[in-house]
Amino acid sequence: MGNPASVHSFGRAARQGLDYARRQVADFFAVHESLVCFTSGATEANNLAIFGCAGMRNQPGHVITSAIEHPSVLEAFRSLEQQGHEVSFLDVDAAGRVHPETLRKILKKETFFVSIMHANNETGVIQPIAELGRICREHGALFHTDAVQSMGRIPWDHATFPVDMVSISAHKMGGPKGVGALIMERSLPLKPMLVGGGQERGRRAGTQNLPGIVGLGAVTQWIADHQMEEIKAMKRLRDHMEDELSATVPGLVIFSKNAARIPNTSLLGIEGVHGETLVMNMDLAGFAISSGAACAAGKGVGSHVLAAMGVAGGLAMSAVRISMGWNTRLLELERFIQQFTHIVAGLRQA
Amino acid sequence: MKLPIYMDYQATTPVDPRVLEVMIPWFTEKFGNPASRSHPFGWEAENAVEHARVQVATMIGADPREIVFTSGATESNNIAILGIARFHKARGNHIITTVIEHKAVLDACRHLESEGFEVTYLPVGQNGRLDLQLLADTINDRTILVSVMAANNEIGVIQPLEGIGAICRKRGVHFHCDAAQGAGKLAMDVNALNVDLVSISGHKIYGPKGIGALYVRRRPRVRLQAVMFGGGHERGMRSGTLPTPLIVGLGEASALCTREMVAENARILALRQRMEQGIMQQLTHVSINGDTLHRLAGNLNISFAYVEGESMMMAIKDIAVSSGSACTSASLEPSYVLRALGVNEELAHTSIRFGLGRFTTEAEVDYAVRIVVDAVNRLREMSPLWEMVQEGVDLNAVRWAEH
Repeated sequence: MGNPASVHSFGRAARQGLDYARRQVADFFAVHESLVCFTSGATEANNLAIFGCAGMRNQPGHVITSAIEHPSVLEAFRSLEQQGHEVSFLDVDAAGRVHPETLRKILKKETFFVSIMHANNETGVIQPIAELGRICREHGALFHTDAVQSMGRIPWDHATFPVDMVSISAHKMGGPKGVGALIMERSLPLKPMLVGGGQERGRRAGTQNLPGIVGLGAVTQWIADHQMEEIKAMKRLRDHMEDELSATVPGLVIFSKNAARIPNTSLLGIEGVHGETLVMNMDLAGFAISSGAACAAGKGVGSHVLAAMGVAGGLAMSAVRISMGWNTRLLELERFIQQFTHIVAGLRQA
Repeated sequence: MKLPIYMDYQATTPVDPRVLEVMIPWFTEKFGNPASRSHPFGWEAENAVEHARVQVATMIGADPREIVFTSGATESNNIAILGIARFHKARGNHIITTVIEHKAVLDACRHLESEGFEVTYLPVGQNGRLDLQLLADTINDRTILVSVMAANNEIGVIQPLEGIGAICRKRGVHFHCDAAQGAGKLAMDVNALNVDLVSISGHKIYGPKGIGALYVRRRPRVRLQAVMFGGGHERGMRSGTLPTPLIVGLGEASALCTREMVAENARILALRQRMEQGIMQQLTHVSINGDTLHRLAGNLNISFAYVEGESMMMAIKDIAVSSGSACTSASLEPSYVLRALGVNEELAHTSIRFGLGRFTTEAEVDYAVRIVVDAVNRLREMSPLWEMVQEGVDLNAVRWAEH
């Protein structure tokens, strides 16, 4: 229960828990413990990377991201734009992939920072961060990746990922909400967003969320130990579902099917069926799926990710995201497939 | 009695078991994202968040729509200070605060100085309180924000918030109050105090770490620029997935404070007085830092003359106390708060903050008094200075030889 900044035994015990969790996260990314900065979540980690790097400079420059990033990246870049930086939003292809060549072409002398997500939260598409990172390194720009969706779903390969900063979120991988981290590959004098107290080596002030951090450490460790088998199991379930639904639902579109994807996410489109309506009906049948990202859910705006892929109109509005986790079972999935097929058929008739 | 005894309730507090109990289901079976609008996992989480919002608002007499959840008081302070300053910079660039604020406020103000703002750090009186006339005289037509804490984290002194609020309202200046140490412990009413922004911390009121809140007045509407950007949660003032279990915990902790504040303060005050009397009756050359009337029930900050601070901490290691705030406890610098009260450097070095709270017992207080008195007596016996004082030497008149 102690405050990790206190010197008495309660504080020291808290400090030990904090240090242990920091080691667990540092080991996963094969970096020194001092390069792990705990935050209140991935939104803060993304903001810290973006504003922190911009704050290291005295004058505006050029920064690059993609059109399909999470709002916590996109909005931060828009804010940089207001501050006078030039911002380029990279296009993606019809499968939702950022092409290294696109990045190479847009880089210029003033480019100092690039942020491209590891895996997309709607389509699950994996971006070629090894190559993107290499291009940035050759160019001398810092490269950040939002790895919120890829943790535990793509093994992190520090040897071939030339990444300067990574954001992670505990609650997207089986840990608690309210905690995340920004991991640096080497020490960077990031300008902090939150000041006062000097915690996290001055990079992020505020009493650490100790139980949350211990949870983040534990789930990171768990992923390190189990991700290979988990990835296989999730992929088996996902592929089974996609095969079955392709056979039973006429006109089913699996977005980004031929791109490399994380093994737990499917974004489906069914021309003529309204996504929100399908989600509501599935909910009544006892299945929680989503018609888009949680952040945008219920706001009635179309997906910016599908728009970037050139998907528009009825097909875009029909999109539903199905994602599985460590506790999804085959029996549940079989029932889901039946219900989904049944409900889609019903909605089409109506 | 279980040792060591925790007497550092201003650094952090244990989560009340009643709070933990309501939090637990929100980690596991009710794990939804409150922003998910399409299924009951999201709805029930959203309902829980809104219930907690009412609980937090009630604690300070606010409307639930005026509560923004944050990752803690440091973030609340940062959003309030940086957010107000950056949004209103066209109107003025002057900010007023006090020299005894928490680091989160002071550092945010320093940060603003680097952005071209002008900050006045007002001194406080010997009792640790801000002089209202001084504040009124310092406000000018470029002043956009006054930030004064509710109660100090080191000395527990409560500021004249109602007077500050009245001045700020009259002069049309935003009033932010860092109530990390005050909310839940003082009967705060945002309307009676005329305060525009209030920072609240979960882990200082028997709630979890990693959660806090910022009250942002709606009428008249207070506008600010966000520090973090993203999914537009919390009406754009603070993006990021809402941590339901922590929010539920903060809500329940607030509700308990609201419900039990009067009885709890009376009980804790009696314990503090018992401790104070126990120490003062058995030791001489002991002084209490800060106003004793306008003070948090659970704070006792004492300087023990002729005792070396670090030795004192070692000698009473069965009691978990602090010689300053938790944030600065690793440094050997004397407390800037005590220095601001005019406490000399030596006495500042020998000061101990005893923080009493919800789970402190009378037996613990009695034990602590005994340990402290024994330790001071023992350390003084070893001190040549103490010997000189006993012999009637006026140490201030002594001219020490240079080595």
